[in-house]
Amino acid sequence: MSITTKLCVALASVAASGAWAQSGYGFGSTPSKEELARFVSPLPDGRGLPPGSGTVEQGKAIYEQQCVACHGAQLQGGAGDKLIGGRGTLVNNDPKKPPVKTVESYWPYATTLFDYTYRAMPLNAPGSLTYDQVYAVSAYILSQAKIVPPDAVINQDNLAKVAMPNRDGFIPDHRPEKFPPPSATPHQDLKLGQTPP
Amino acid sequence: MERAGPPKGAKPREARRRFLLGSAAAVGGAALGRGQAAEAPAAAPGTHEVPPDATKTQGYPLADESYGTRSQFETEMRQRFKTATPQSSWTMTPLDKGMGIITPSGLHFERSHGGTAVIDPGRHELFVHGLVKQPRKYSMRDLKRFPSVSRIHFIECSGNGLTEWYKPTMKTVQMTHGLTSTSEWTGVPLATILKECGVAGNAKWLLAEGGDAAVMTRSIPIDKAMKDCLLAYGQNGEAIRPEQGYPLRLVVPGFEGNMNIKWLRRIEVSDTPFMTREETSKYTDLMPSGKAVQFSFVMEAKSVITYPSGEMQLDGPGFYEITGLAWSGRGAVRKVEVSTDGGRSWKAAALQNPVLPISHTRFRFPWKWDGKEAILQSRCTDETGYVQPTLGQLIALRGLDGPLGSIYHLNAIQSWLVAADGKVANVHHY
Repeated sequence: MSITTKLCVALASVAASGAWAQSGYGFGSTPSKEELARFVSPLPDGRGLPPGSGTVEQGKAIYEQQCVACHGAQLQGGAGDKLIGGRGTLVNNDPKKPPVKTVESYWPYATTLFDYTYRAMPLNAPGSLTYDQVYAVSAYILSQAKIVPPDAVINQDNLAKVAMPNRDGFIPDHRPEKFPPPSATPHQDLKLGQTPP
Repeated sequence: MERAGPPKGAKPREARRRFLLGSAAAVGGAALGRGQAAEAPAAAPGTHEVPPDATKTQGYPLADESYGTRSQFETEMRQRFKTATPQSSWTMTPLDKGMGIITPSGLHFERSHGGTAVIDPGRHELFVHGLVKQPRKYSMRDLKRFPSVSRIHFIECSGNGLTEWYKPTMKTVQMTHGLTSTSEWTGVPLATILKECGVAGNAKWLLAEGGDAAVMTRSIPIDKAMKDCLLAYGQNGEAIRPEQGYPLRLVVPGFEGNMNIKWLRRIEVSDTPFMTREETSKYTDLMPSGKAVQFSFVMEAKSVITYPSGEMQLDGPGFYEITGLAWSGRGAVRKVEVSTDGGRSWKAAALQNPVLPISHTRFRFPWKWDGKEAILQSRCTDETGYVQPTLGQLIALRGLDGPLGSIYHLNAIQSWLVAADGKVANVHHY
């Protein structure tokens, strides 16, 4: 074995043991505070929410300019999702009366409303709203959903404290599922020789 | 010698039109193989005149530089599900015409929430911050300096098949099952980068964020990130396709497709999940009880017969090789069984090597069709022992609750009815 080969083997075993990963390759660079400051992704407890605030009234004006075309004057939806209503429809097993999932009936955290609106709305100019505008439009949607009062001022400190109606509506993944035997489950059998539906 | 060029004296555009018409007619006559639609396909650029005998004339010249395309006679296309907007939409892989286990990159299904982002790799950066000792940013050049790995994995949208809960709705396997595709992905293990940045002891989750118009975000458990996630810049031997997240996508093997964040620009490490829109209001599974299952990450074992499948026409009794795909987000496929009598009896199919974990696996089953009606089904068992359920078994647990109920994660046994006239149709039989 030549010296070069031995060296290669030695290096390979160091890499395989992960020793290099811990000591650091050192690639890349350290981002500045300013570079990181443009990223907003609040946690459900409110950490990470940016400064700012907005009233229901301010939010109504923004909504009517920026949101109404897709989400409707009554927040009833259209090209965009329906935003309010639907409380009491989630417990259901009737395909003819489907659940109505909205911010009001389904969303467990108000911080998600801020986060999604700030990052992806409005559709034709995503990311164009200011923090204050997003707090305001959040206040408007939450007030129309009768989750906050019409005189609410929503801000960095109180958004995460808004009690969403479906806050406890989620359960962890329990899969893999334990299925009942096929004989004990709904059936849809084709009789051979018949035309299928 | 240039035989494929325009005839002398013809204006280039007119000559080209003649070629297109000629090839469309040729394709129309030649395309009645495995269930291909009979309509004349759109001719692709680079269509060549077809000589009567290809041995009697030189072929078209080899270019000094080129990027090859498939034969002008091949017409498989992804097909878009007609959503309200073409930006938040999905296109489906033509599984019926697929071979082996790899999906051609140009046919890999798409699901995007804000269109396909156009990103200059020379300016793209990945930021890693949050609960780390040392926040870092990486250019694509930086990322490519790290030791790389290549792995073959399927990615499946958790909404694959959502039209099929109540009744057989879509007609072809492309439209019932085409939101799954397999590629060889090349990149840096996410664990390498996380170790480099030093993950804090209380870190439990990380946020992966895309650089598209949706700025798509999902929370991913740190254990999964350290186990097998990949920062992928390569797909099937070349740069990842734009619609798959060029220049950088997160591959989260076996987890629902939308977590494989495309156009990845940021990772933020945290002690709790971020509860983004996509993991609260969207990709959750509302049960009849009114409670919704959240963080239903794993794509469970599933299989489907791709030939014969919906809308195909068999050429009368005789030998057919039934073939299809099986996969599991929990590991390798251990067994696929095929039934030709609607599930009354099952026989083991042959698994085509390689049988890889968290990858499409090709199965084959020889069948002599007697010309009578038959119902074809396949059933997959993965390495954990999980057996692909019937639709009835799924409905028994999850209910049938309309288009906003539990619509994701449909992995039921698929049934294809072969009629006596050889026509194949999507049916429910469970």
